Amino acid sequence: MSDSDQRGTNRHQSQLEVLEAEAIYIIREVVAEVENPALMFSGGKDSIVMLHLAAKAFTPSSVPFPVLHIDTGHNFPEVLEFRDTCVSRYRVNLVVGSVQDAIDRNVVFEDRSGSRNRIQTPVLLETAAKHGFNALLGGARRDEEKARAKERIFSFRDEFGQWDPKDQRPELWNIFNAQMHIGESMRVFPLSNWTELDIWDYIAAEKIDVPPIYYAHQREVFERNGMWFAANKFCQPTKDEPTSMKSVRYRTVGDATLTAAVLSEADTVEKIIEEISATRITERGATRGDDKFSEAAMEDRKKEGYF
Amino acid sequence: MDLLRFATAGSVDDGKSSLIGRLLYDSKSVFTDQLEAVERASVNMGAEYTELALLTDGLRAEREQGITIDVAYRYFATPRRKFIIADTPGHIQYTRNMVTGASTADLAIVLVDARKGLLEQSRRHAFLISLLRVPHLVLAINKMDLVGWSQEVYENIRQEFIEFAAKLEIPDLTIIPVSALTGDNVVTSSTNMPWYQGVPLLNHLENVYVGSDRNLVDGRFPVQCVIRPHSNQFHDYRGYAGRIAGGVMKVGDEVIVLPSGLSSRIAGIDFGGKPIEEAFAHMSVTVRLEDDIDISRGDMICRPNNQPDVTQDIEAMVAWMGEEPLRAGAKYAIKHTTRRTRAFVKDLHYELDVNSLHRNESASELRLNMIGRIKIRTTTPLLADLYSRNRETGGFVLIDERTNRTVGAGMMVRTS
Repeated sequence: MSDSDQRGTNRHQSQLEVLEAEAIYIIREVVAEVENPALMFSGGKDSIVMLHLAAKAFTPSSVPFPVLHIDTGHNFPEVLEFRDTCVSRYRVNLVVGSVQDAIDRNVVFEDRSGSRNRIQTPVLLETAAKHGFNALLGGARRDEEKARAKERIFSFRDEFGQWDPKDQRPELWNIFNAQMHIGESMRVFPLSNWTELDIWDYIAAEKIDVPPIYYAHQREVFERNGMWFAANKFCQPTKDEPTSMKSVRYRTVGDATLTAAVLSEADTVEKIIEEISATRITERGATRGDDKFSEAAMEDRKKEGYF
Repeated sequence: MDLLRFATAGSVDDGKSSLIGRLLYDSKSVFTDQLEAVERASVNMGAEYTELALLTDGLRAEREQGITIDVAYRYFATPRRKFIIADTPGHIQYTRNMVTGASTADLAIVLVDARKGLLEQSRRHAFLISLLRVPHLVLAINKMDLVGWSQEVYENIRQEFIEFAAKLEIPDLTIIPVSALTGDNVVTSSTNMPWYQGVPLLNHLENVYVGSDRNLVDGRFPVQCVIRPHSNQFHDYRGYAGRIAGGVMKVGDEVIVLPSGLSSRIAGIDFGGKPIEEAFAHMSVTVRLEDDIDISRGDMICRPNNQPDVTQDIEAMVAWMGEEPLRAGAKYAIKHTTRRTRAFVKDLHYELDVNSLHRNESASELRLNMIGRIKIRTTTPLLADLYSRNRETGGFVLIDERTNRTVGAGMMVRTS
C-alpha cells in the first residue's frame, strides 16, 4: 500500500459533478447489462439532459440506443420541433408510439376529460413490446413526487409492465441488479437523485438547448383551478374563463391539455435558476392537473405501467 | 457546492419522520403545495396537528398504517450544502431497507426517544451503521421537551451509548439533544437547553468534514464497457469506460489489468469527449491504454504496486434479504463491481444477533433480515478488497438465480 497520494484535498467533486458521474455510470450499466434498451424522449428538459448525458457517456461512439416518444397527439408544436432537432443533432433513431393511432385502432379509448395521460400507458407498453425494448431509460426524478421518492433506480416491471412498490429489489452501494426473465422489463432512472434546480444548474453549466417555451414569453392564457392554461386547440376556455396576454413560461412540458404555464419574467437560464431557487411550490404542483386527483394518483398510475 | 448523503434510522415513534419534516420545513425545503397536501391528509386522518411524517411516507400502505415501509429519498439544500436523505424504516422486519439506505450514506442519524432511553433497536441501528461502515454517526436524543429538557436524562443516555459504541467501529460520533416537535437544536440552537454546548443538528450536517472519507489511495478502475466507435474518424479509438472506485489515475501511469495481469500505461483519459490529465474517485471517465490488450467488462485497471486480491475464496459478513433462507451449499449469482459470476456458499460461520451482538455458531441458516459471516467460493476470481478499506470494491450482492431477486448484501472481511 505504498501508492499513496497526498494531494487529495484538491480532488473534490461538486454535487453537480457527483450527480453527473452517477448518471453516466447508470446509463453505461444499462447498456452493458441489458440487451435492448431505449430512452424515453419527449423533448422536455429532463429527457434532453438524459440524451446529453448518454452522448457524454459513450463519446466518441454514438448513443447506442434509440429514443422513444409516446406521442399523445396533444403536443406543444415548439416541443415537437425541438424533439426532431435533437434527434438529428445527436444522430439517434426515433421510435414513436402514437396514442391517436391506438385510439383509431380501438386499443385505447379517449377519456371523457379529454386528457390522454392515463391512456398513454397501454401505448407505451405496446410500443415497447413491438420493438422488444426490455429496459426503458427515463428522466423521472425522485423529488417530483412522493411515489417516485420510493422508487428504485433500476425499477423492475413484471410481464404486464406493472410496478409493485411493496416488492422492490434492494439497491446496495452502486451495484444494480438488472437480471430478468423474458417478458419482464426494467425502467431505469439515472436522474433519480437530481432536483429541478440541479437540472437547470446543469443546463446552464453545459449550455444545453431546451425548447423556447421554458423561457418567459407572451402567451394568451386563462385561469383554471388556480393554474394558467394556454388557449389552444386542445384546451379551450369556457365563457367564464376570460383570456389575456401574460408573460409566462412552462416549468414542465407534458400533455398540452393539462400542462399549465406559470407567470414568469424569467427569459434566461440564469433568471430561471433564480426563480426556481425562490419558488415555494413544486413543479408538478404548479403545472399539472393530473396529480391532483388523489393522494396516491401517481402511485396508482405507476402500478399500471405508467412511467 | 458539496453533497452529503445521510440516512436516518428510527421508528415513527421516535419522531424520525417528524425530524425530517422539521429539517425540510425549517430549512424552507417544503413547498406550499406539499404542505397543503399534508395538511389535507392530516385532517382526513383525524390528526390533531399537521403530521409532518406524511411528507415522507408516500405510499398508500404507509399512510394507511402510519409506518415507513421502504427507503424514501428526500432532497434539500442550504446555502452551504445539498443533502440527500435516505429515510429508512426502523423496525427489525425492515432491516434490509435500512442496510440499503446506509450502504451509500456518508452519515447516519440514529434517533432515540429521551423518555425511553436506549432500546434494543437503537443498538441494532448503531450496529448496522458500523457494519455498513458509514463514516459519521449522529445520535439524536429526541423528545427532550417531554423530559423537561433534563441534562441528567441526556447525560445518562449519552454515557450508556458511548459504552455500547466502544464495541463497534464508529470513527466519528456526535450526540445531540433535540426536539423535533418544537424544533429545538434541529435548525436553531435551543434556549431550553443552555447546558448543551454543541451545535444544532443542521449545523453539524452542513459542516461535518467528509472529504477524507473517499479512498483516494488505492487506484481501482472497474471496466463497465469498451468504447469502440464504428466511424472512420475514430477508427482506431479503443477506450475503457467506467467509474473510478478508488484512488487517482493519471495519464502516463503504469497500470496492470486484472485478472489477466497484463501491464500497460495510460495513454489518455477522456471525459465527455475531452482529454483530461487525471481522474479520481468517483469520476465516470474513459481510459485509453498504450497497448492493445484484451480487456472487457468486469476487468479492473489498477496500479502494479497496489492491487486487490485476485481470489475465488472470500469470507464476508452478509445481510440476508431473501425470503428463502441462506444455507451452506447453496449457489447464487454474485455481482461485485462490474463483474458477475456465480458463488457457492461453503460455510456459514455464525449468525450474529443484531441486538446482543452474540455469535450463534450453531446456526444452520440465515433468514430474512439476519446477519452472519459466510465463506464463499466463486466460479471465476473476484478482484477483491476488504470492505473496511473500500466500500465500492469490498461490497457485493448475491442474486437468486431462479427469481433474479437480490437476496444478500455482502461485505468482504477476508480476501486471501
